[in-house]
Amino acid sequence: MSAHTDVTGTSGYRQMEESTTLEPVERVGGEELDRELLTLNMGPHHPATHGVLRLLVTLDGEVVRDLKPIVGYVHTGIEKTAEDKSYWKAIPVVERMDYLAYYFNAYAFCAATETLLDIEAPPRAQYLRVIHMELNRIMSHLVWLGTSALDIGAMSMFWYCFREREQINDLFEQSSGQRMHTRYIQVGGVAEDIPRGWEQKVREFTARMPERADQYRDLLANNEIVLQRLRGVCPLAESELLKLGVTGPLLRAAGNPWDLRKATPYCSYDHFDFKIPVGTEGDNWDRFGVRVAEIYESVKIIDQALDGMPEGRWITDDRKVALPPRHELATSMEALIHHFKLVTEGFRVPPGEVYFPIEGPRGEYGCFVRSDGSSKPVRVHMRDPSFVNLQAMAPMTEGSYIADLIATLAMLDPVLGGIDR
Amino acid sequence: MPDAVGLELLAQELREADGESILDTVHFRGKGALIVKPATIRATLQRLRAKGFDALMSVHGVDYYPQEPRLGVHYEMLDMAAPDRVTVKLRVPLDDPVVESVTPDWPTADFQEREVYDMFGVIFEGHPDLRRILMPEDYEGFPQRRDFPIGGEPVLFTIDEAEGTAYTQ
Repeated sequence: MSAHTDVTGTSGYRQMEESTTLEPVERVGGEELDRELLTLNMGPHHPATHGVLRLLVTLDGEVVRDLKPIVGYVHTGIEKTAEDKSYWKAIPVVERMDYLAYYFNAYAFCAATETLLDIEAPPRAQYLRVIHMELNRIMSHLVWLGTSALDIGAMSMFWYCFREREQINDLFEQSSGQRMHTRYIQVGGVAEDIPRGWEQKVREFTARMPERADQYRDLLANNEIVLQRLRGVCPLAESELLKLGVTGPLLRAAGNPWDLRKATPYCSYDHFDFKIPVGTEGDNWDRFGVRVAEIYESVKIIDQALDGMPEGRWITDDRKVALPPRHELATSMEALIHHFKLVTEGFRVPPGEVYFPIEGPRGEYGCFVRSDGSSKPVRVHMRDPSFVNLQAMAPMTEGSYIADLIATLAMLDPVLGGIDR
Repeated sequence: MPDAVGLELLAQELREADGESILDTVHFRGKGALIVKPATIRATLQRLRAKGFDALMSVHGVDYYPQEPRLGVHYEMLDMAAPDRVTVKLRVPLDDPVVESVTPDWPTADFQEREVYDMFGVIFEGHPDLRRILMPEDYEGFPQRRDFPIGGEPVLFTIDEAEGTAYTQ
């Protein structure tokens, strides 16, 4: 590269990384009590960082004075890889960005592509997408609850949460064949109709889940240790969160009821009756409360979607986009040609640029897709909420104890697969 | 989401403030985009903020290869009260990829501008901490550019050290 574009050589990077911003603090005692600042590397292999996140923390005794997140350890170039794949083959790689929100990644990408194609998924497909996305939201929150409780010392919560998470994964396995990264959501609809008996299993799950969530709340919310670790710890005002672009449960915990499912409904979310849980203080306690309350709301959405499930196709009948039914291949030459074209080249997408935002378990997942008219996207970008929300880590924790930093990171719920992509 | 008329009205208001700022408007699939002159980006976003688009939801880069000017930066502005969205786009040439940073106004742009710098080599002037974020600090080249080969990534095993990273250039 030319010298002009290389503004940060290796030495420049290190200087910037090691520079700290320290607000002056009032000292107790005289000069002789002055202590040295300690720079501590937390991670990248630390059990409490929820992945390979490295935090460069400047400590004054036990107090955090400055914090720099260092990411990129699991950068796999998914956005670049997607440029080399036809649209329907890009879905599995895009799905693997935020590995706890695979239905959301896939939906954001497919919906952006559908917007470019100017097609709409049939009503049944939209309801099936909603059911799977809400199951995914519960699953993601259960993983968060289990690992967060583990971080602040509650071992058994992890096993309880993963018990329910396994049941959701079983449901995914039954409907799509995979437990994670299911590739269930397709451009134009979903891969397959739900199998017989699946609805009954989901209903059994939704009947059980609120009771389980009650139990989790009883276990944690009245626990003295949890209260001390969360209540009033590391709050951040709504105005600060908005400047930092923070969305999702973190913003709602600070009292702003911003939820894309309500604000700009997509995928038939306006058909369902649900509430947006909000907090008042914006501290770790509210972040905890909002996510647990969202589990109940997701259960309500799933029940309503099952009740009102429309009949009909589960994928668009536009043969230029969706594969023809299997049985037609033996009898219809046209179906065979469509099948061949779709499987070899893929479908072509009209030129244009679309940014499609949806509400995931961590905030706004916005998928940007640019097409040049060919069958491969020219640019795929995911605005991942973990990546943006991580910037709030430093303002939240500056001036607090290092033990609270662990609790705050747990309540921030970053997923490193999504951050690094 | 501003309709075609609303988008033109918005562009007209911005043109009244600075006649050169808005180069073009695009209305595509029900969503509006403003194409702005790169030098006026920070002032334009500040004017949009005054009109209610006060949340910057996403900053991302695009490589328009083989068209010129090649590198694009997109800003997704959101008005939470309306609710309404508008995209602001700019394009800079490869030999002078300099854009004024909006991080002083929107701290959320910090990581995202670093990512655009890391992946496309767009330099954000006035960014407090412009360095690579996802790629290693000593990495050469900008991997999301369209002329950067897929599979051109040297695997850093000890045995390859002597060969270096020259073939990715």
